[in-house]
Amino acid sequence: MVYLTRKAEFSAAHYYHSPALTPEENARLFGKCNNPNGHGHNYTLEVTVKGAVDPKSGFVVDLKQLKEVMNREVLDALDHRFLNKEVPEFFTRIPTTENLAIVIWQRLAPKLNAARLHRVRVYETPDLFVDFFGEEDQGEA
Amino acid sequence: MKAHLTRRYMFSASHRLHSEEFSAERNREVYGKCNNPYGHGHNYVVEITVSGPVDEQTGMVCNLADLDGFARRGILERYDHQNLNLLPEFAKNVPTTENLCIAIYEIVKRGFRHAHLEKVRIEETMMNSFEYCGEGL
Repeated sequence: MVYLTRKAEFSAAHYYHSPALTPEENARLFGKCNNPNGHGHNYTLEVTVKGAVDPKSGFVVDLKQLKEVMNREVLDALDHRFLNKEVPEFFTRIPTTENLAIVIWQRLAPKLNAARLHRVRVYETPDLFVDFFGEEDQGEA
Repeated sequence: MKAHLTRRYMFSASHRLHSEEFSAERNREVYGKCNNPYGHGHNYVVEITVSGPVDEQTGMVCNLADLDGFARRGILERYDHQNLNLLPEFAKNVPTTENLCIAIYEIVKRGFRHAHLEKVRIEETMMNSFEYCGEGL
């Protein structure tokens, strides 16, 4: 088994707000991230896939294909968007970095055929990132 | 659904690597220039990785404000701009970054209740880093 990681960057706006909470509770819980006008980040995405090295090509995955899938499924949908307003998954879910990692996984996993998705890592800033290993990663919570 | 969240913090501290178990010559041999009796310092970067189910209402593994507050009180205020050799946890343990990793892991494990601690990783310089995931791993 060999692991391969491809990086990409995208920039997007978001804000945190739960309709289940009062305005005061939202402000207390989410602080300045609750500003309804939004704010933005330069996100860095790392997609790690795993698989056996193909004896003919020497590849775990065709990087060109992986890049195309990442561009089509993730970057075209998220880059330079207001996540709450333009990305359907975030009409009902808060676009935290945790949920971004889960949504990106859910967009990519069904589209990868040769290699299996191992990890989606999303950096919101260089000092904060989230890893998601899939819905089967039940381990100790 | 379970996710892992990692946050990086920075502090600066001095230390000297010297073991009472070794002779002066052996200390110089083992620790090299890190054995300089006057000490030296680093800008340490601490990465704390926690995990847990993503809360459906908040979309979070834990509130970053809680983790940042804990790290500030429990780690940064304790270690930033200190001489590590003078702290009680290093009275008998050499303040290598391995031992610092274990000390910080124990602080977080004992005190942070909002998510499960997975790992503490410390960069002593840009060229070397250390990780501790608790006993059993």
